[in-house]
Amino acid sequence: MNNPQLSADGELQHLLTLEGLPAEIIGRILDTAVPFVSIAEREVKKVPLLRGKTVFNLFFENSTRTRTTFEIAAKRLSADVINLNIGVSSATKGETLLDTIDNLVAMNADMFIVRHGESGAPHLIAQHLWATQRQHIHVINAGDGRHGHPTQGLLDLFTIRHYKHDFRELTIAIVGDVLHSRVARSLIHGLTTLGTPEVRVIGPQTLLPTAVESLGVHVFHDMRDGLAGCDVVVMLRLQSERMKGALLPSAGEFFKHYGLTVEKLRLAKPDAIVMHPGPMNRGVEIDSAVADGTHSVILPQVTFGIAVRMAVMSILAGSR
Amino acid sequence: MTGAPLPDAELALGRLADKMRGAVAFDAKLVGIYSGGAWLAERLADMLDGEHPVGYIDVSFYRDDYAQKGLRAKLAATSIPFEVTGSRIVLIDDVLYTGRSVRAAINELFDYGRPESIELAVLIDRGGRELPIEATYVGARLAVARDVSVVLQRHLDGRLELSLEPSGSAGGE
Repeated sequence: MNNPQLSADGELQHLLTLEGLPAEIIGRILDTAVPFVSIAEREVKKVPLLRGKTVFNLFFENSTRTRTTFEIAAKRLSADVINLNIGVSSATKGETLLDTIDNLVAMNADMFIVRHGESGAPHLIAQHLWATQRQHIHVINAGDGRHGHPTQGLLDLFTIRHYKHDFRELTIAIVGDVLHSRVARSLIHGLTTLGTPEVRVIGPQTLLPTAVESLGVHVFHDMRDGLAGCDVVVMLRLQSERMKGALLPSAGEFFKHYGLTVEKLRLAKPDAIVMHPGPMNRGVEIDSAVADGTHSVILPQVTFGIAVRMAVMSILAGSR
Repeated sequence: MTGAPLPDAELALGRLADKMRGAVAFDAKLVGIYSGGAWLAERLADMLDGEHPVGYIDVSFYRDDYAQKGLRAKLAATSIPFEVTGSRIVLIDDVLYTGRSVRAAINELFDYGRPESIELAVLIDRGGRELPIEATYVGARLAVARDVSVVLQRHLDGRLELSLEPSGSAGGE
């Protein structure tokens, strides 16, 4: 099975990666998310689509924010949500990943939201469900290793489309620790699929993957060159644990070269938007004046993220 | 497809407006069910006396056939630009058939608040109800075979027209 996220007739069955996901399916998810945005503004912030379904949030790796937004999304669709932090339960007792899945299937799970430190863990689960004729149980990748974080990529795409409308006219820069960022990888795949003519990655050589150009991006090591003329600037989180290795001299040094300040942002277009997947390190990759400034759409990203996750869940649960 | 002559949509709309005139509350708010009902709500707001704010409902999130059919590819956003609680609302749809879309629309309205009252106005009542739902105002009645959909279309100049299609191909109800 070369693309285990699609059924034989091309319907989305699981959401595992944005790599190779057809533009029509990405477009459909983004379109479907639009009406979900307004549900948050109603008196009853719930629709009955997933009523009676059981969604398991399977987090083998901590992430309060992602887990919470998936939980809110599922609850606004009226699903029952069970949160499992496996890092501190079965796995430590030696149960294998697929045994855990089989047990939860025996509890009549309808959907798994999977966050795992190992790249490919959600694929493994989806393939296991295919192999055992249980593909009506859906898997959503909520971040696996360095590989991908498709719903984050989709919410970034949704945010860009919301403010900038047509991908085919945009110059977009992704700045910082691209090497460790599954967010960056998912976003790059999505942007190129949707026909963005100019995607740039900006960062020190040590924080860019080797042969990153093969993803269809232009590489810049000087932030001022890279930001020139950009419509969208996506800042990535610099994970402090990376600082311990030999990759970077110090947080202060990083900020000097690759931190986004008001002054550097002036090099982008006057109506550029600034995004960040969170959680932010203020004063490391982004200055507070930018994070809280008029160009920032960082909080709308969070709001849109719930609508996008609702769209993905309802498309999956509605497929046969 | 069937021998029954289709009513003219513009004439049926005129008759529907005649029935609603003087009968709907002076402050009634019109809520059209996408897409045909939305067009009709806009037209009726102009045709009726007084001010009648217009809202729109896409019932996709409330349909009872989601488990069988999934989510439609093209969704519109429900938009109710007024307070539902305490409002007198007239739901508007193009074709009343099984009653399931109306059921879904009423459920959705209640997630916005508690209306004072809800009436139902439809351009065409084709019978075939599967739920205990009746329209307050009807433009025209029509008998067609079960496997046929009655579809309302809007031309570029805004003119409305009814047509018949094999069911499964388009909305209707």
